[in-house]
Amino acid sequence: MGVGIQVEHLNAWYGKSQALHDINLKVEANHATALIGPSGCGKSTFIRCLNRMHETTPDTRVEGKVTIGDLDAYNGTSPTQLRRRIGMVFQKPNPFPTMSIYDNVAAGLKLNGYSDRKHLNDIVERSLKSSALWDEVKDTVHKKSGASLSGGQQQRLCIARALAVEPEVLLMDEPCSALDPISTGKIEELIFQLKEQYTIVIVTHNMQQAARVAEYTGFFLLGSLIEFDKTEKIFTTPSDKRTEDYITGRFG
Amino acid sequence: MASPRGPVPDTSAATTASRALEISLGRRIADHLATGFAVLTVLIVLAPLVAIFAYLVYKGMGSINLAFLTHIPKPPGELGGGMANAIAGSVLILAVASLLGVPLGIGAGVYLAEYGQNRFGDTVRFVSDVLNGVPSIVIGIVAYAIVVLRQKHFSALAGGVALAIMMVPTITRTSEEMLLLVPHSLREAAYGLGVPRWRMTLSIVLRTATSGIITGVMLAFARVAGETAPLLFTAFGNQYWNWRLDQPTAALPLQIFTYAIAPYDDWHRQAWAGALVLIVLIVSSVAAVRYVVRRGTLGGAA
Repeated sequence: MGVGIQVEHLNAWYGKSQALHDINLKVEANHATALIGPSGCGKSTFIRCLNRMHETTPDTRVEGKVTIGDLDAYNGTSPTQLRRRIGMVFQKPNPFPTMSIYDNVAAGLKLNGYSDRKHLNDIVERSLKSSALWDEVKDTVHKKSGASLSGGQQQRLCIARALAVEPEVLLMDEPCSALDPISTGKIEELIFQLKEQYTIVIVTHNMQQAARVAEYTGFFLLGSLIEFDKTEKIFTTPSDKRTEDYITGRFG
Repeated sequence: MASPRGPVPDTSAATTASRALEISLGRRIADHLATGFAVLTVLIVLAPLVAIFAYLVYKGMGSINLAFLTHIPKPPGELGGGMANAIAGSVLILAVASLLGVPLGIGAGVYLAEYGQNRFGDTVRFVSDVLNGVPSIVIGIVAYAIVVLRQKHFSALAGGVALAIMMVPTITRTSEEMLLLVPHSLREAAYGLGVPRWRMTLSIVLRTATSGIITGVMLAFARVAGETAPLLFTAFGNQYWNWRLDQPTAALPLQIFTYAIAPYDDWHRQAWAGALVLIVLIVSSVAAVRYVVRRGTLGGAA
């Protein structure tokens, strides 16, 4: 089951330049939350702070409090511990090229020392089914490399890989920006099903996509969260002028 | 463009278009010249290699027989005998060198690529580049000082150590380059799954860079396999069989050297044959490693 996320006074820096300014936000469990905003507004940095990926970039810094369920992300939790409970899907599909499809999905468990063969088989099959890839690859899971799939299939493989560790939260950083409309449609359909079991935070450049998949939407601008509300409200009667300008295409 | 027979806009437009697509004579000549030059340089580069190999086959093939591959050398003046002990000695010394040099080199490469973005890393890089340029005879002296003097006699181990020192810088630098080529997105994918850094480095980064690292290892191996100078006062050479690490050992390059400068025609022929065997051994071991690595790669993998 998914858990909620609470963010309080979050600030983030790259070197000396501040990328996030005092973000406060509450993500509802088992719902999809979309983050929109122009390029460079900090939405990717924001979700990278949720699973502490931000700090893997050299010379970066984070301040503030992030609570994932009952876990205080920056206090008394190790990054690896945290990331095992939070799945992440990246902008460009990044399957491990030397591994088979099966090993890609099992990677999160195997690399963390889990080796019960029978249970792994079940998890791989279930994860590939949840990411709607099973029917296309079931005959070649051991024979083919993850890199041999098409772009859309690779992205669904990456989703399966993230789901295999049974996370409570799924972070998606523009997961469809490198995909064609048909693959995008498949992934959106998937998000619809997944949010019954997981809390989903999705960064997107595509406002229609936000409107289609998310119950809540946040609008970022220049490192600040300008407005956060029900998706319907944001797209019909936004309370901030800047949000309105952005979604009506007057800038950005 | 008004033609005397009346305006026919369609065809005239088509002619203009096709004229624009037509490549001028000058450009076509330049194209052929450039291609010709490229082919010529390839031939010039390949010619010495083919010539050396062909000449070795011509000079050495006739002297390779079962006795050459299975017998040890006869005393000076007697005809016949072979280089079996030298072939075995080369295998032994190269095995020692690889066992020492390959893990050290790859380990240092991993350090430089993953943790070496600091002054110490820069120093290691500089030192390893300098080491790469140190004359091989000097490396031999080093191995003599640290192994032979201590053991009080020449040995296969000393030869292996000398060759290992020569392998390390090449392997270190190529491994580092290959590891740095692994896309950052793969590291992020592993981090995102909650994989600890050491595990990510071993199972994802190192594994993805394997084929490149193997290339570096084979380069280093092929280079030291033919070295003579560092073995002169380390492995020393031996007229008899030796399988012990702490005894003087024959090696193909040493044997070739000794036979080539000797005054006997029969030894000259054997030196040619030894050179041919050495090249065939190097080529076949590199090919074998490549085959094994390729067989382990999945279909469609990069």
